[in-house]
Amino acid sequence: MTTEAVSEPSHAAPLASSNLVWLYRTLFVGVFLIAWQAASGTILDPFWVSSPSAIFRTVISWTLSGQLEYHLLVTFKETIAGFVLGAAAGVLLALLVGASDVLHRTVDPFVTAIYGVPKVALAPLFIMWFGIGLAPKIALAAISVFFLVFFSTLRGVREVDRKMVDALRTMGASRLAIQRMVIFPAALPWLFTGLKLGLPYGFVGAVAAEMMASNAGIGYLTQNAAGQLDTAGVFAALFALMVVTSLLNAALGRLENWIFRWR
Amino acid sequence: MRSAHLSVVSAQQGKAANVPAVELRDVSKTFKSRNANVDVLSGVNLSLASGEFLAIVGPSGSGKSTVLNLLAGLDQPSAGHVRCQGRRIDGVNTEIGYLTQHDSLLPWRTVEQNIAVPLAIRGLARSETNARVRDMIAQVGLEGFGRHYPAQLSGGMRKRAMLARTLIYDPPILLMDEPFGPLDAQLKLTLQADLLKLWSVRRKTVVFVTHDIVEAITLADRVLVFSARPSRIKLDEPIMIPRPREVHEVRFHPCFEEHYRRLWAALDVTATRRLT
Repeated sequence: MTTEAVSEPSHAAPLASSNLVWLYRTLFVGVFLIAWQAASGTILDPFWVSSPSAIFRTVISWTLSGQLEYHLLVTFKETIAGFVLGAAAGVLLALLVGASDVLHRTVDPFVTAIYGVPKVALAPLFIMWFGIGLAPKIALAAISVFFLVFFSTLRGVREVDRKMVDALRTMGASRLAIQRMVIFPAALPWLFTGLKLGLPYGFVGAVAAEMMASNAGIGYLTQNAAGQLDTAGVFAALFALMVVTSLLNAALGRLENWIFRWR
Repeated sequence: MRSAHLSVVSAQQGKAANVPAVELRDVSKTFKSRNANVDVLSGVNLSLASGEFLAIVGPSGSGKSTVLNLLAGLDQPSAGHVRCQGRRIDGVNTEIGYLTQHDSLLPWRTVEQNIAVPLAIRGLARSETNARVRDMIAQVGLEGFGRHYPAQLSGGMRKRAMLARTLIYDPPILLMDEPFGPLDAQLKLTLQADLLKLWSVRRKTVVFVTHDIVEAITLADRVLVFSARPSRIKLDEPIMIPRPREVHEVRFHPCFEEHYRRLWAALDVTATRRLT
C-alpha cells in the first residue's frame, strides 16, 4: 500500500516490464498457433485436433451467418442474469450471516455441505424444475456464482477491523450505518475476488446446462458440432466463449481498480 | 488556578457541580479466557469533574486502556459501576469521543469524508456538514489535505484527522489512549501543543492514557499512577503548573521536578521490568 505512494518515480520500470510481458504473450500465442497448424495434418490427424486455420474459417462463417452472435448472446444473457442474481444473493446473505455470530455458526456446516456438491450435478434437477428454456441455465449459473461470492464476502465481513467498528459505535452509529460505512466497504475487496472467481463459473454453469438440454447457446453449439464430428466447430465455439470471458474479466478488473483507487 | 477554571466550566455548561463528569465506583475487571482469568482492575474508585484533564500512567498491561473501554461502554465491569454525567453506562457510551492508539480512519474515505462520518451518522445536512468539516480541518492544521486518502498521509497527519473526527461532533468527554505514542519527539510536542490549544477553547473532560510521565505532567490537571496488574490507583497527583502552559517550557517550571520524582517513584519501574 505504502510502496505505491513512495515509489512514484519508479513507475517507468513496471511499464517497460509490462511491455515485455505483452511481447512474450504474443510470442507464446504465435508459436503455439504455428506449431498447432504445422502439426495438424502432418503428425496429428486434423479430424481430432482440427487446425487454427480451420477454426478461423468456422468462426468467420458463423460470424457472417450471424449464428455466432446469436448463440453467444444467449449464453451471455443467461450468464449475466445468473451472475447478477447469484452475486446479489451471495452478498446480501453474507452481510446478514456475517452480522451475527450465532447465525454464522448455525448455517456454516449446511452451506459448506451444499458447497461441496458439484454444481453441474444440479443441472438435471433444474431442467426438470424449469424446463429447457433460459431459466435452468440462469439458475445453474446463479448457484455457481452464489457460493463463491457468498464465501468470499463472508470472509471479508468476518475479518473487518473491530477497531473501525468500535470507533463508529462510540460515535453513535446504528448497526445499519456500520454495515454501510464500515463492513460493506471493508468486505468489498473480498467481494470482488468472489466476483472474479465466480464469473467463469457462471459461464460453466450456463454452458453445462445448455449442453444437456437446449437449442441455443454456446453449449448447444459445441454439442451440436461434436454431434456432427466437427472438431473445428467445437474449438470455434470454445474459442468464442474464451474471448467473451476474458473481456468480461478485464472489465471487472478495470472496475476493481476504479473502486479501490484509495489503496 | 485549577478550581478557578473548573467553576467557570461548570457554570458554562450549567451542570450541578456535584455531579462528576466521570465516575468509577469499586470497579473491577476480570478477563476470562479458556485457561486463565486475568484480574486487570481491582477496586478502582475515580471521580472526575467536568472540564478536568486527567492523565493515567502505569506499567504496560495495567488496566489503563481497560478504564477507557469501560468509559466508552465497549466493555462492562465485572464488579462496581461506571457513571458518566451521573448516568450509568450499560451500553456503548455515545457521550464520549474516543481517540484510540490504533488507526481507525476508514481507508476508503478521504480525510474530509472521514471527518464527516460522525455528522453523517447524525444525519446533518450536507451544506452544514461541509462547512463544519472545512472549519475543523483548519483547526487541526490539515488544510490542503482534505481530498487525500489516509494511506497518503503521514502518521502525525492521520492523528490530526482522527482528532478532528473526534472533536467535530463535540462530545463532552474525550478519551485518548496513547494518541501520540508512536510519533517522534518533535511531532509529539507539536501535537501536544495543538491539543492544549483546542482543549483550552472547548474545555472538555479528558481522560488521557500515556506511558510518558512528561507528557502526563505537561497536559493534565491530575495524574493517576496505576499499579501493576491487578491495578489499583497508587498515586493521585494534582499538577500545580498553572495554565496556559507552553509544552516545551513546562519541564522548566519549579514544580515539574517534584511532580516527576513522585510519579516516577510511584511508577516503580524496576517492578515493571520484572513483570514484562
